[in-house]
Amino acid sequence: MADGLVPRPVPETAPFWDAAKDERLLVQRCTACGRHYFYPRPFCPHCMSDDVVWDEVSGRGRLLSYVINHRPLPPAEGAQIIALVRLDEGVRLLTNIVDAEPDPEALPLDAPVSVAFQQRGEYKLPVFRLVEP
Amino acid sequence: MSTMHNGNIAVVGAAETTEIGVLPNTSMIQLHAEAARNALADAGLGPGDIDGVATAGPLPMEVSHYLGITPRWMDGTMVGGCSFMLHVRHAAAAIAAGAATTVLITHGESGRSRIGMDRQAVLAADTASGQFEVPYGALMPYATFTVPALRFLHDRGMSRTDLAEVVVAQREWAAQNPRALRRKPITVDEVLHSSPPIAYPFSRDMCCVVTDGGGALVLTSAERAADLPVAERAVFLLGSGEAGESPVIAQMDDLGSCGAFRRASAEAFATAGVTHADVDHLMCYDAFAHLPLYMLEDLGFVGRGESGAFIASGATRPGGELPMNTNGGGLSYTHTGMYGMFAIQEAIRQLRGEAAAQVPGARVSFVQGVGLYFAAAGSLVFSNVKP
Repeated sequence: MADGLVPRPVPETAPFWDAAKDERLLVQRCTACGRHYFYPRPFCPHCMSDDVVWDEVSGRGRLLSYVINHRPLPPAEGAQIIALVRLDEGVRLLTNIVDAEPDPEALPLDAPVSVAFQQRGEYKLPVFRLVEP
Repeated sequence: MSTMHNGNIAVVGAAETTEIGVLPNTSMIQLHAEAARNALADAGLGPGDIDGVATAGPLPMEVSHYLGITPRWMDGTMVGGCSFMLHVRHAAAAIAAGAATTVLITHGESGRSRIGMDRQAVLAADTASGQFEVPYGALMPYATFTVPALRFLHDRGMSRTDLAEVVVAQREWAAQNPRALRRKPITVDEVLHSSPPIAYPFSRDMCCVVTDGGGALVLTSAERAADLPVAERAVFLLGSGEAGESPVIAQMDDLGSCGAFRRASAEAFATAGVTHADVDHLMCYDAFAHLPLYMLEDLGFVGRGESGAFIASGATRPGGELPMNTNGGGLSYTHTGMYGMFAIQEAIRQLRGEAAAQVPGARVSFVQGVGLYFAAAGSLVFSNVKP
């Protein structure tokens, strides 16, 4: 699905989207309190520290929840899996599960997932695939 | 000066548009005006009596000018479907502080026919939602608000059947309400297996109706209410609360519990000085069938994991111990987009003894609203008895 709604980065989020073009998933980490956080912003929402860095993360995580959307907005077609994933680093992302049957039997909660990237306009969206444990 | 709670502020006018449902010949702003005029007539007041205006969607100046009202106080708080809960709370504070005397709160939305609604643009592509959720198809409420529900159910050993029980319970109320859009009784099996799939685990009947309509409220001091013709029907604000949480679904603190529900409702109970046992009637904003489950638990009416069994027991149905969503709710009655106004209207009708499906002897009503998915919450506690 190369078409669809395209994100419009702002200066504070541009590093995330620039890295995604290279198929790298970046998440910010606060060096003061040690926690990762999402969505991007140039200070830590937990402790307000400005001492934050971009980490390239593993892209591995677990499937937390989802819907199988039978009425996706055009140009998406067919059933679309809109999911919440928790990365091993602790942050949650909303995403799509791709290359999976749109069937609850095939989508057990807590199943391991791994990041993939999907072209969208001039950007690439981080999406996820089910992987073997 | 009196305080904003403890019954010092009264609802003296409350009305919906004359018709709700499918209204292709009425624009959004005219739905506001029709509801406002009906509420003013209900209060026995005219536009010259109003010195405060609050609304969400259009700006308060647009609504004021359309109606020929010159406000000295305005509130354009827009936090989605519970905006009107916050307007009631803010108006009460303004009246108590002397910043306004009599406030009109309006809602109108051409949610189905989309007449005069062009300004309602989709979430901008450069916001947190627009960048990190909308591109994944998380835009329409049925594919966004619903995403945490499987986690909620899974962690409690609950299932889709618990969602279906919510629908069945509320349809029993709607069946008694001639204004409800969906009135035909339905079974759990039908909700699970016959109702078309929308976004698994949600079938169509687990999603709200989509309608046109509006509603409006008039608030003033209880002191002034006592001198109005409507005095006997005045409904008093006992307590209120509001809270905000994440503007994106993924960053809720807990996918199985909404902090905004917990915080807003706790403040409403505390300011009202009532306990759960004092509540005779409950409105839980139900754009989708999982929300009453979250709310029953987050408001503390039941313990964690008990919401499904509570609904299945019949406790929220006609004749049950905690009548809930007695107009049929967003699932069956009406849902224009920002349903909160209709939840408040039903609470006022119940406390006036004027509801289509009346709860006998209702004295205290608790109204829980939610806005912009799990991002905002507003809670109100009303009574027909001034403390």
